[in-house]
Parts: sequence; C-alpha cells; structure tokens
Amino acid sequence: MEKVFTRPNSLKDMPMHYCPGCTHGIVHRLVAEVIDEMDMFDRAIAVASVGCSVFAYEYFYCDAYQASHGRAPAVATGIKRVLPDRLVFTYQGDGDLASIGTGEVVHAAARGEKFTAIYINNAIYGMTGGQMAPTSLMGQVTITTPYGRDRENNGFPVRMSEMLALLDGSAYVTRVSVHSPASVGKAKKAIRKAFEVQMAGLGFSIVEVLSSCPTNWGLPPLKALKWLEENMIPYYPLGELKIAAEVV
Amino acid sequence: MAKMLMKGNEAIGEGAIRAGCRYFFGYPITPQSELPHYLAKKMPEVGGLYLQAESETASINMVFGAAGAGARVMTSSSGPGISLMQEGISYLAGAELPCVIVNIIRGGPGLGNIAPAQSDYFQAVKGGGHGDYRLIVLAPASVQEIIDLMGDAFDLADKYRNPVMLMGDGVLGQMMEPVELAGEKEITIPKKPWASTGRMGRKDKRLISSLQIVPENCEKHNIKLFEKYAVAGQNEQRWEEYCLEDAELVLVAFGTAARICKAVVDTCRAEGRAVGLLRPVTLWPFPVKAFEKTIATAKRYLSVEMSMGQMVEDVRLAVNGRRPVSFYGRVGGMLPVARDIYNEVQKLLARGKA
Repeated sequence: MEKVFTRPNSLKDMPMHYCPGCTHGIVHRLVAEVIDEMDMFDRAIAVASVGCSVFAYEYFYCDAYQASHGRAPAVATGIKRVLPDRLVFTYQGDGDLASIGTGEVVHAAARGEKFTAIYINNAIYGMTGGQMAPTSLMGQVTITTPYGRDRENNGFPVRMSEMLALLDGSAYVTRVSVHSPASVGKAKKAIRKAFEVQMAGLGFSIVEVLSSCPTNWGLPPLKALKWLEENMIPYYPLGELKIAAEVV
Repeated sequence: MAKMLMKGNEAIGEGAIRAGCRYFFGYPITPQSELPHYLAKKMPEVGGLYLQAESETASINMVFGAAGAGARVMTSSSGPGISLMQEGISYLAGAELPCVIVNIIRGGPGLGNIAPAQSDYFQAVKGGGHGDYRLIVLAPASVQEIIDLMGDAFDLADKYRNPVMLMGDGVLGQMMEPVELAGEKEITIPKKPWASTGRMGRKDKRLISSLQIVPENCEKHNIKLFEKYAVAGQNEQRWEEYCLEDAELVLVAFGTAARICKAVVDTCRAEGRAVGLLRPVTLWPFPVKAFEKTIATAKRYLSVEMSMGQMVEDVRLAVNGRRPVSFYGRVGGMLPVARDIYNEVQKLLARGKA
C-alpha cells in the first residue's frame, strides 16, 4: 500500500507534552514539513524559548538551543552571525516575544538579522497557569484579570507584527492562523516564504501564528478555535504586513 | 619583538584578536569604551565581527548563541552592564559554554560613578547570577599582563567549557604602558565536538541548553559542574609573590591596588621591615596555595582593596584563623594612597610588637 501521510523527518517520534486541543503541535508539524520540503534538515537550527514551547528543542529533530526568557532573537543573532548559511529559527510565544523579549525582537528586526521568528500568539500565558499576556484582548478574563482586561489598569493588547513591519530591517512579516484546515494551509505557505526570505539573505522574517489555548481559555478545543476566529482575528487581522521589494 | 605604548582597554582588544577571538558583542559603557572602539576598527580587518547590541542583556545572549555555535567570542562592560548580564552568565555556565567576559569595574552601587573600583569582586567570584556555578576570574595588574592573560582566558574557557571573566578597574583600562607584542603565532582553537552547528550529515543531534527539568538530573549536572570546578580550583591558581620569602606582614591585593602596594613594600623594605605582597592573579580559584607558602613566616595579613572589604573574606578563609587578618580600602572611585597604606602597615607592625 502506498504511504500518503507520515511524520516529517524533522520532527522527532515522541509524545508531545502539549494539552489536548493545543495548536502548538500543528505549528511544529508545519515547520518540520517545510524544513523537509526545502531539504534543509541538515542545516536547520531551532532556538526554543521559555513558555509552553520550552521543550520545542526536543521535538524538532535538528540541532537546537534553549534560550533564556525573551532572548531567543539575541541567541539566534549570535548563531546566525557565526553560521550564516544555516536556517535559523526561533519559536516563541507571546509572553516571550511580546512582553519580556520585545527589546530583542525589535532590534533583531531593525538590524535585519537573517533568521525567522515563529511567533505563537494565543493571547495568554500557558505554562505559568493562564495569566494575562501582552496580547490578551480587551475584556478577556484570565487568572490575573479576573474582572476582564481593562484599559485603566492593563492598557491595550500589543500588535507585534504591525510594529515590526514598520522597521526597514524586516523583509517579511505576516500573520496567519491555524483555526481551520484552510488557514493551516496558508500558515504553511507563510512559513515556507519566511524561510526562503531568510535563505535569500533578505533580512528579518517573522510569522505570527494565532493559536488557541483551550486549557487556559477554559474552552473545549472546537469552541476555542471558534473563539479565536471570532475574537482574535478582528483585533489581529490576518495577512502579509511587510514584503520587502526584493521578495518575489 | 615590537614594543609599543598601549591603553589597557586597547590591549584587551589586541589580546583577544591575537587569541583568535573573532566575535565581539557589546553595549557602550564607561570606563571600558576604548575596547569596543578598538575592536570596531580591528575586527573587520581580520575578518571578524564587532556587533553593537541593543543592551547588555542582548549582548550576553548573543555570546550564548555564538559560543554554542563553536566560536571564540567575548563581551565587555562595567558594573551596571555586568549586573544586567548575570542571568545570561548563569545560563552560559549551566550550558557549559566557553566565552570571555571583561569587567572594567567602576564605582557603585547603583549608577555609582565612572571612576575605578574593585567592588564587583563578590559578584565575580561568588556567583552573581542564580544557581550554583563558578567563573574563572583573572585579574591583571599591568597592560602587558592584560595582553598575556587574554590568550590564557580563551584557552581556560575552552579547557573547562566555562565562562572566564577578566576583571580590571578604570585605572587599568585607561592607562597607557609600554607592551611587548610577541610575533603573531599560529592559534590552535580546540575542536568543539559539542557545538550545535546544524547536523550537516551528523547522526547525533546537538543541543545547547541549561534546562534540567528532572531534579535527579539537575543534581547530577550540578555535581558534574563542581567536579570540573574542583579540578580548575586545584590546577589554575595563579599569583605573584613579591618580597614574600621572609615577610612577617603580608599585604594581599590585586590589580591596581597591588601596584600601589608594591611601592609600599619597597618603602618598607628600604627601612628594613619584613613586608611583602601576595598578588592573586586568579581571584577564582583563589590562590590558597600561596597562603600556605607564606603562613610560616607571616605574623599578620593585610588585604588592601578598592572596595569596602570583599576579597578580605577569602583571605580570612585561606588563613583560616591561624593569623590575624586586617583590611584597608578606599571605595567609590577613590584610590588607596601609598602613604595611607604605609601608615596602616606601621600601625599593624607596632601592634605586632606589643
């Protein structure tokens, strides 16, 4: 019988620790599929961050690093400057990239560092137990905003991709989602384009992936995907925010 | 052999290049500025990289990435910037990554000032960052010694897979002295069969990480690190002995404070007093062996520092109650003056007679 679907080589054959219904697994798979399809397994280097995806370095079967909280873009800068022909990507959540690590990602983008950030935005802190994230929506109830996120106390959600798209060093900035089969397909294309932009040496690239967190949102997986579609996408519109002129 | 005048900070840069270091990541801060200035100009000439980071936090994490990729890499800063790097230094030690960190110390605490000090001693030798770890800490006392120690710093970092800190003060960084530069020699950087460089056909996966989520493994990792530190502690102690063979009063000082103490020893010796100087070159490992050599003749020790008394604690541990240990220091960017140290010595000698 012909095998038509299998685990990508770039993903290790092991159980993942993610919660049921979490979309990290989907995004891991998409990244691994793209690495395989681009035949880049031998040159790929993953930089895991701190948060739910802290063990991403176990799942990606390529060489890897585990960076301190928020500093993955600085670590990736060090790696890529030493090994300019490798495919280097960070895998960071919204607490890591949009809160503690804003400085590092902004300046990596400004310098036009030639690595790719895979940025998982699920509007909440997962690993530490459901606290408000910089990306939590207005009114969103979390364990640290039990009365809902409010502007007086918490201010407003951060749209990282829009900010990063303003920087001249950013070559490719896009926001995708994984709430439906069609959106998953588009997310994969975006990851491929970002990796191609990196390997063409055009500058910094980032793929923001709107993701769900059923556990900490307190929703069953399907309802969580629906919540993402109805609440997150209006505030975080999908699409390419920056494509440098050199990108074909 | 060429002899030339050089600033201490520039000598650090030249020493690094001669040691085969080709990557520098740093953020501007006084009083170490001449070092990044020097490397910004020189690194491109030797095919290396000078990168100005957005912060010290970023610098040390860039060092983490470059060291993990197998490069000889360094950063430099002064007190406040070194404080910002502490988390990263702990990660480097935990992940066993070799690199060189330079601290040209200024007055503290807080923003303090930009004048020379030695008050980051505790931070350098007792940890600084979180968790159990050690840095190898080198303390040169002249521009020539800076050049000589930079090569050793990178070699020690590679040998022990551990960050090495070279610690000076604003005087050492800023002053010019004649240095002799040995001819360019062939540099052999040891192979790094652990570096995470992309598999490139390799069967095994390589991971650079300080995460040990299973407590049993984390304990094992700590024990392994401390076995390594025990070897370094035994083998890497360095010091200079100055008029110690019959010294009854032993001054203990490093860096610029040691230079001033030498003048005091000379004055005392001219007066026929048995005073000597023990100058630690490695602050970690602390040269306890040197104390064993002096304990037979020594009646008393005096630690002279540009701090409120930090190294004196290690002097007390080394002497271990066998002799009285005193302290004299100036702080906040003020230098100990030879005359004042001399007066302190006279007081202690008089006390010894009573």
